[in-house]
Amino acid sequence: MATTWVLAEAQDGKVATITLELLAKARDLGDVAAFYGGGDADAIAATLGAHGASKVYATGDLGDVLAGVPVAAAMAAQIESGDTPDLILFGTTYDGRDVAGRLSVKLDRPVTTNNTDLSVEGDAVVTTEPIFGGTMIVRTKVTGGAPHLVLVRPKSFAAEESVSGGRGLGSAEKYEMVESLAKLLKGAPGASRAIVDAGWVPYSHQVGQTGKVVKPSVYIALGISGATQHMVGMKGSKNIIAINKDAEAPIFSIADLGVVGDVHKVVPKLIEALQARG
Amino acid sequence: MGSTDGGMGVVPAMVSERLGLPAVTLGSEVTVDGQTVRIRRDGDTASETIEGTLPLVLSVSDQANEPRYPSFKGIMAAKSKPVDQVAVADLGLDAGQVGWAGARQEIVEVVPAEERQAGEKIEDDGEAHVRIIQFLEQLKVI
Repeated sequence: MATTWVLAEAQDGKVATITLELLAKARDLGDVAAFYGGGDADAIAATLGAHGASKVYATGDLGDVLAGVPVAAAMAAQIESGDTPDLILFGTTYDGRDVAGRLSVKLDRPVTTNNTDLSVEGDAVVTTEPIFGGTMIVRTKVTGGAPHLVLVRPKSFAAEESVSGGRGLGSAEKYEMVESLAKLLKGAPGASRAIVDAGWVPYSHQVGQTGKVVKPSVYIALGISGATQHMVGMKGSKNIIAINKDAEAPIFSIADLGVVGDVHKVVPKLIEALQARG
Repeated sequence: MGSTDGGMGVVPAMVSERLGLPAVTLGSEVTVDGQTVRIRRDGDTASETIEGTLPLVLSVSDQANEPRYPSFKGIMAAKSKPVDQVAVADLGLDAGQVGWAGARQEIVEVVPAEERQAGEKIEDDGEAHVRIIQFLEQLKVI
């Protein structure tokens, strides 16, 4: 059985979803401790404990400083004192990358990132990572010795349905259609990078390589042509419905139901029909 | 940002650790004012604005700018630029510290990801929404 540390992250006093995912994975591998850099440590530790951490290391409030330097230093000091885990798991997040990168240098250990799965095989860790926009899957055996540093990609922001809009909506005002449809399906509204860059919706809506990776049971793409950047973020969805007026749009190559048509005509009728069902 | 193949994004933190410099990473917007570098980076629930003082290591995301395409003149000029070759020994490193030996990793396998297939494709004849409703019903989403 392996001993695993999880880099715990929190926002506004709430433990991040990725941290809970990492704790769940670590529990399958053996003993779990969490390493937390930030404020509200008592409340955070209670949640971490409830999710399987038998011990929580806390650095104390970091104030306005990024986690990279102080948390990597605290982890390295703990390890150098003789308390060494077999494995340290980080989310592929801003702080996860910063802490892991610095710790990798401090401890002279390799680091693997963006993994979607991992297993412990003797003294080595075997990680699974999608590359080239998710078209290829690589399995890597890491033999640097304990502690192994592994970054795991956040799986998805929620399993709820997702409706996303793209440039085919025509204008920012039309994004309202996306929100209405998402609400009717009790899902979350998303967006392609194009309309985030255009300032129609905030970045937090972006689905794709530099945004979120989502895996809902149904993903509905409205006026999205299907740039590789976007498809990386949603092709893990169980079912995909796409509406686009360009019959040649790449999104149709991965859609379970593709509708060649004008979103401005199809979607209002769809919304009306769903509303009529109550 | 992370490379578009492996998507690591940890090298800037590694470099800054080696250089003993602060790092501000993965900015989607960057401004420099005298000795102060300011970046914005966006998260799920909030956007952060981070400031650092030069010298520092800065990394950006692909949203920081639109890449500029080089001019034909620039491409031609690049062909005659000198390329400095540095041997591993010149850097004071041992051959075992670099390449596969230094990586302490072994690629066990590389396999194509399962491809998604295109499903049903219909032209909207004014009634496409009916088919979408049916599809959602089949999936028990509604």
